[in-house]
Amino acid sequence: MPAILARKLGMTQRFLDDGRVERVTVLEAGPCHVTAIRTADRDGYDAVQLGFGAVREKRLTRGELGHLKKAGVPPVRHLAEFRDEAGELQVGDEVRCDVFEPGQTVKVSGISKGKGFQGTIKRHNFSRGPVTHGSHNVRAPGSIGASATPSRVFKGIRGPGRMGGKRVTQKGLEVVEVIPDQNLLLLRGSVPGPRKGTVEVRTDG
Amino acid sequence: MSTVIDNLERAQLRRVPSFQPGDRLRVHFQVVEGNRRRTQVFEGVVLKRQGHGVRETFTVRKQSFGVGVERTFPLHSPKIERIEVAARGDVRRAKLYYLRGRVGKRARVRERRGAGAEEVVEGGLLHAPVEPAEAVDADGVSAAEGEAVDADGVSAADAPESTGEAPPVEEPAAEAGTSDDEPAE
Repeated sequence: MPAILARKLGMTQRFLDDGRVERVTVLEAGPCHVTAIRTADRDGYDAVQLGFGAVREKRLTRGELGHLKKAGVPPVRHLAEFRDEAGELQVGDEVRCDVFEPGQTVKVSGISKGKGFQGTIKRHNFSRGPVTHGSHNVRAPGSIGASATPSRVFKGIRGPGRMGGKRVTQKGLEVVEVIPDQNLLLLRGSVPGPRKGTVEVRTDG
Repeated sequence: MSTVIDNLERAQLRRVPSFQPGDRLRVHFQVVEGNRRRTQVFEGVVLKRQGHGVRETFTVRKQSFGVGVERTFPLHSPKIERIEVAARGDVRRAKLYYLRGRVGKRARVRERRGAGAEEVVEGGLLHAPVEPAEAVDADGVSAAEGEAVDADGVSAADAPESTGEAPPVEEPAAEAGTSDDEPAE
């Protein structure tokens, strides 16, 4: 069950042989080094920790540097744990994008683009009220509960608030092409997060 | 835009003739009917070009049985076999939407004088695919690494041949290189 850390470079298109256009996301995937192993005996779960994104030593704290030095890997910006690859790798092993192959289905997790404070229509797909006939209930959320009983708003009622900037997983993306010499992974469809954002790519299903 | 994506897109560009809105084009494009493939020609006036790079499209308008028909093609689509420029138009606008409201003689575009002879542009990719050639080179080198010394030393007489063959195309040269290595063994 391969998994890897990647950087979203952006989206583009490719022509298929029959002239149709396929929209693809280009990811710079790896190379990642295994920086630590979690075991059920010691940590309570099995996982491998991967490091990605070369960085100057100056940018890291001594604690981070010590952790990486112990694994004998170069300084990296991002660390993430994957349970999928547990037991398959040793500390110091390298994971490259060629662990994936074209035609494979993957899921991609990342931090979605922040949208700021948004109303219920954009944030929760509420409907809007009538715009004419004297209506002032255009983008208002509508009823949020009964009145004297219970004299309060129940927890969990959807309302306006901060939208985006959360971890999102997009499932069922197909690997279109793997270019190992440039560490590129081309996926059909879109991937959470902005360009240059870091994402986790895991095998789906 | 990232240079990586730029390169991916550039590799998909095809050779197309230069044409502008107002020009009369003959677009030869492939149509798949069931299992058969045939080429259809769509001839008309270019209404507009829009977009950049691989995403660029152009719209051609023609009159078919008295009905205006417009068709938009991706400029770099692999289904377009050939684009012929039949005539150069003399227009003052980038988007010739005004042609839509006109019929008959008024819907004509004046022909540009002194446009010169039409260049002949062959189909195919604008940039020869570099990566496969490199892959062949890399394979050839990696396969011949052990014998590289032999190839240099023994088959010095073969070397001029291979360099002589090198200029036309890269791939045959690489193949010639590997075939030179085999007798050297």
